[in-house]
Amino acid sequence: MAKVQPKLSGSIILKGKALENFENKDFAKTLSVVLTEPLASKNLSVKELVALGRQPHTNWLGTMNKRDLSVLHSSLKQLKLEELQNKKCFELSDGQLQRALIARALCQDTEIIILDEPTTHLDLYHKVEIIKLLKNIAGNTGKTILFTSHEIDLAIQLCHKILIIKETDSVFGDPCTLIEEKSFDDLFPKDSITFNAKTGSFRIVK
Amino acid sequence: MKTKSPYTLSFTVLILALLVFFLLNLSLGSVNIPLEETIQSIFGAKIENESWEYIIRNYRIPKAFTAVLVGGGLSLSGLIMQTLFRNPLAGPFVLGISSGASLGAALLIMGSGLLASFFSVSFANDVSLAIASSIGSFIVLLVVLGMASRVKDTMALLIIGLMFGSISAAVVSVLSYFTDAERLQQYIFWAFGSVGNLSWSQVALLAGFVAVGILITIAAIKSLNSLLLGENYAQSLGVPVNKIRFFLIIATGLLAGSITAFAGPIAFIGLAVPHLTRQLFNTTEHKILVPGVLILGAIILLLCDIIAQVPSSYYVLPLNAITTIIGAPVVIWLLVRRKKMIF
Repeated sequence: MAKVQPKLSGSIILKGKALENFENKDFAKTLSVVLTEPLASKNLSVKELVALGRQPHTNWLGTMNKRDLSVLHSSLKQLKLEELQNKKCFELSDGQLQRALIARALCQDTEIIILDEPTTHLDLYHKVEIIKLLKNIAGNTGKTILFTSHEIDLAIQLCHKILIIKETDSVFGDPCTLIEEKSFDDLFPKDSITFNAKTGSFRIVK
Repeated sequence: MKTKSPYTLSFTVLILALLVFFLLNLSLGSVNIPLEETIQSIFGAKIENESWEYIIRNYRIPKAFTAVLVGGGLSLSGLIMQTLFRNPLAGPFVLGISSGASLGAALLIMGSGLLASFFSVSFANDVSLAIASSIGSFIVLLVVLGMASRVKDTMALLIIGLMFGSISAAVVSVLSYFTDAERLQQYIFWAFGSVGNLSWSQVALLAGFVAVGILITIAAIKSLNSLLLGENYAQSLGVPVNKIRFFLIIATGLLAGSITAFAGPIAFIGLAVPHLTRQLFNTTEHKILVPGVLILGAIILLLCDIIAQVPSSYYVLPLNAITTIIGAPVVIWLLVRRKKMIF
């Protein structure tokens, strides 16, 4: 969907236009990504990393104008990275690095941000923090934020809408409706994990 | 970060150092010419000692220019390779470019020995040597490029480059087994590496190749920065990754291929200088690193050449050995100091 991998079949249409018809640069102004793959260079400072998000907007040499700089600063601020901005990426914890990567995507200033499992490798507190931050960003900026996750418990509590991808039929809706429709009930084998509709969480069958 | 001001001082110092080493390189050698006379001679003033003037005009100045081109060019191609292959150990030599050049030179020098028994003429002179090694490096480059379009994985490409190195080393050793001592010696001298003995027209030709390599790199500075994130991220930033990779490989081929052709294989400059430059400027921004490696590479090669000339003596040591003796400890020092090699 982010043009990272070739599509298997069918067509993906964004804003009434098939993905393959987008110019590289226009697409980069519409959609940004946070991937699970490690950065090629961890020697980048946080500021340098986030500033790279401005690339689709800058000239051939990548010179930052006033607007670029202000977007850079607001991205750093929103992700609470101001104090870390001169640290190198290899000095950061996983949670901090994830925040820096999200800031970079935010700095790209696109309508859509796609994140691939942004909460892996993080403890519960940081998982919650990241998702809350994403929710705030979506609220403040009106951007569409889409992420994949195995953290269904968290998603139910924090997300606006969820797409449950199953082998046969995938369902899409807001968490409450999905619970009412019992969409979560048969997600996992019932003899090991059951879904409690009242609390909106999974229970392990002992 | 985007303002150049913190770097102005470093660049001023580097440029001054470049000038100093350039002059020292002109002045020192088997015959030491006083700096004063050297400077006078450069600016066209007549100096008393005519042989000094001859040495400076026809030998030392082309040699110093070659050193600048070789040092800057090799360092730049090393920087490109390290960013492109996401590998701190990458250098212009890992793609097999220099191995190709060596093979070309070996085939010319030693292969012509086998033919010469029929024709009783020697084909091997400086110009044909440069041509043969250029052809060798470009053939390897074309093969690697062909593979690059099939193998999307840059790490695999790196290994392919290393395999080419092994193959050409093997062919060279087979050739040297069958060749006579004189020709073997000629090949070994080429493999020693040297920035001397280039005529002005050869220096100009080399400068042309290096200039094209630099221009391609400057055009790709922004993409090089985005490649620091990885190819998928670069793609997501709107960079046409395949196209850029193609052009960058061409640039490296031009730089490393032409330099190896004229100056022989010169090790470690391409690997060590980009790391030193990153340490010096403490940045990953290619707008700073590209001019940085060019100047620092030139300075270091001028220095290595001064050492290789062994001032006041008639010995000339192999340049390739000097760069290795200086370069390898630098790499080790970087590893030990930083615990890990990052780029």
